[in-house]
Amino acid sequence: MLMSLEHIWKLYGEGESEIAALQDLDLQVDSGELVALMGPSGSGKSTCLNILGCLDVPTRGEYRFLGHPTSKLDNDQRARLRRRFLGFVFQGFNLLPRTSALENVELPLMYRGVRARQRRERAMTALATVGLAGREHSTSAQLSGGQQQRVAIARALVTDPAVLLADEPTGNLDTARAREIMDILATLNRDHGITIVMVTHEADMALYAKRVVRFLDGRIVEDVQQKPIGAAA
Amino acid sequence: MIVWNAIHETFRQLRRNPLRSALTMLGILIGVAAVIAMISLGRGAAARVGSDLSGLGQNLLFVVPGAPGAHGPGGPREAPPFDESDARAIAREVPGVAAVAPTVTSSGVAVYAANERRTTVTGSTDDYFQVMSWHVKSGRIFDEAEQRSGAAVCVLGQTVRHALFGSIDPVGATIRVGNVSLRVVGVLAPKGTSTFGQDQDDFIIVPLATHQRRISGTHDVAAIFVSARTQQESSRIRSDIQLLMRDRRHLHLGEDDDFTVRDMKEIQAMVGSITGVLTQLLAAIAAISLLVGGIGIMNIMLVAVSERTREIGIRLAIGALGRDVLAQFLIEAVVLSAIGGVVGILLGLGGAYVITNKLHIPLAIDPIIIAVPFLFSAAVGVIFGFFPARKAARLNPIDALRHE
Repeated sequence: MLMSLEHIWKLYGEGESEIAALQDLDLQVDSGELVALMGPSGSGKSTCLNILGCLDVPTRGEYRFLGHPTSKLDNDQRARLRRRFLGFVFQGFNLLPRTSALENVELPLMYRGVRARQRRERAMTALATVGLAGREHSTSAQLSGGQQQRVAIARALVTDPAVLLADEPTGNLDTARAREIMDILATLNRDHGITIVMVTHEADMALYAKRVVRFLDGRIVEDVQQKPIGAAA
Repeated sequence: MIVWNAIHETFRQLRRNPLRSALTMLGILIGVAAVIAMISLGRGAAARVGSDLSGLGQNLLFVVPGAPGAHGPGGPREAPPFDESDARAIAREVPGVAAVAPTVTSSGVAVYAANERRTTVTGSTDDYFQVMSWHVKSGRIFDEAEQRSGAAVCVLGQTVRHALFGSIDPVGATIRVGNVSLRVVGVLAPKGTSTFGQDQDDFIIVPLATHQRRISGTHDVAAIFVSARTQQESSRIRSDIQLLMRDRRHLHLGEDDDFTVRDMKEIQAMVGSITGVLTQLLAAIAAISLLVGGIGIMNIMLVAVSERTREIGIRLAIGALGRDVLAQFLIEAVVLSAIGGVVGILLGLGGAYVITNKLHIPLAIDPIIIAVPFLFSAAVGVIFGFFPARKAARLNPIDALRHE
């Protein structure tokens, strides 16, 4: 099993005002899956994604990555795990401002100690994969929302991650742009074998997933396999 | 690798955010420049005062009528003046005295051809040149016969020479002061402007008898300057003069002095306390500017880091370790502080140079004065850049990412 959440609790606040974002959650994700986490605001889907991505830690319970427990890891060890296996795409793109697309995509490689020349080649390849060849030197301000999200995807996949975690990747985009992004993600899953877990509240986007997990009040209420539309294309 | 990358990232960040970088540097720059300029200025002024006073000679004493500290309205006027016999008595009866110069001064307009200048006319003996450390540049000082007879001769200070004669050699020429014609026999070497902004070369000197007979019309002497043979003797000479003057002025036991004797040590102590206060004042102003500069750095660093918490979150999410982020912020703070500090040092020294030049003060540069504000500013920059960054680097990446 690639990722396994066991009896996960995530609590915010203390005493009277304590809120449980996740309540005794169990979830397994295997290699090669394309999972959509769905549910209304505050249902815990994003919290679940952040824990899967080691960006956040559960209050109780154990998260195993490739069978290894992560609860005892310190900040740096979690960062190394992210470095080695995970890529992230966010709703707000989260590109560095005033920085070119190429530099944004090179950044994860820099932290992994890749040499400058190789860094540049791999970043160019990643940008070409998401259809942005020729826009390498544009800064975020010069790119449309869809293009910015493609830069973010290129930045996530330039390190050849095993898993790509996407939090509302199409949330800030119009339908046409959203479809393009979902096509890219579905292609990465199908052709590169990258496991993808994404959070969305748009049913249209969930149609691209092979598996849909529905959240409500911090619990999973539905977990179904489906035939994705991306695979049919 | 970490350090190299961080340096690389630092310079990228500085290029991408020129305004933020410039503001940070400005805080450091102003603090450093202000302190260096202020303290160099204060020290220069103190050094100038010291050299002016030692230029007068360590061995100088002077005697004036009027009780010590009673130089308010009416004070000195009640005291009987000195005359030349008092000066002769000091020379005769006080041992260890090298020279005694009774002087009297007045002001008058000196005229030569079409040129004129209002200046001070001092009457004294040839001892005056020795006592006040004046050197003759051309010509000569008064001879015995001229002093005895009150001959109509004079020696010019450089300022007066320049005003009346320009580039012509004045020795042998005749000038007029009021209705007295005076033959120029010598010109003095210049001393320049005194600490207190006085032009020391703006005067004419004539023999005492000449002044008394032809200009002031009395036998009064305004002050007696005395030069001790050695500095060690000046305290003893001072009390000898005091006793002698009390006797000559018929003061009874218990009566206060109606004259004042001062030696250079007292004057140096007095002036030293004034320049000390001046230097302390400048240092206080400088310390305040350094503090304000430090608060500026602190502000901009805190704002920069909290503004960049999101950026830190992004970096952590895409693979940076806490120490990568820290190294970047630390190097950024060091680079900014160093550039700001170096520019501040140059600007401070430049400012001190320009001001001291204008005020004719020597430039006194002390490495400590350069090092202390530089290190203080750098420390403030690094501390206030480093600790918020460390806090941010220890956050859960998701909390840093959510930071608005």
